[in-house]
Amino acid sequence: MTGLAEIVIALMLVVAGIFGLVGSVGLAKLPDPMTRLHAPTKATTLGVGGVLIASMLYFLVFEGTFSFHELLITLFLFLTAPITGHFLAKAWLHRHGSPADLPPTGGARGWASYEPADDRRRAPADAPRRHED
Amino acid sequence: MIGPALYFAFASFGLALLLNLWRAVVGPTLGDRVLALDTMVINAIALLILYGILEGTAVYFEASMLFAMTGFVSTVAYAKFVLRGSVIE
Repeated sequence: MTGLAEIVIALMLVVAGIFGLVGSVGLAKLPDPMTRLHAPTKATTLGVGGVLIASMLYFLVFEGTFSFHELLITLFLFLTAPITGHFLAKAWLHRHGSPADLPPTGGARGWASYEPADDRRRAPADAPRRHED
Repeated sequence: MIGPALYFAFASFGLALLLNLWRAVVGPTLGDRVLALDTMVINAIALLILYGILEGTAVYFEASMLFAMTGFVSTVAYAKFVLRGSVIE
């Protein structure tokens, strides 16, 4: 039982290390800012998640204590990584991109990120106007 | 068997941290630097957890939880600052 757990933990640590390294190599090597956003937000998050799960297994099997901390940290990191990526992409769009670079939305309205603030509040022309004060 | 795997993971995340530092120094855009710092925080969390396994203590979980929270909040605040010119409007 402990032998099997040892193998599983060692395997998870190695895989997590490879994922973490791949994420950071991607951050260093990929050609432009928006492709660089891919590597750390996905691969590194998966790598650190693997380390945390390995740590949880280790303390469960060898120390006999079950701790929720790792699950909490994993959940927190997995929830916050997409938010971080979204914010950074949005900041890049407003600093370096332009609406002309984006494909058409296929609807009556443009991309929400580029609409002026008072435009965003307005309902589409065919929908009944919502009362605002 | 866990020993060598643990040191392999230490080496990978250490190297990853150095690569992130290089990206944070080189840039070239502001978003790259913010992203590199965010990734550095995540890799530091991984190193803290690995050190916790090595020492067999659970005291590093609180530290990594704090790292995760401050890292997220500071990244969002920085992105908001870049986007709008102020953090809280």
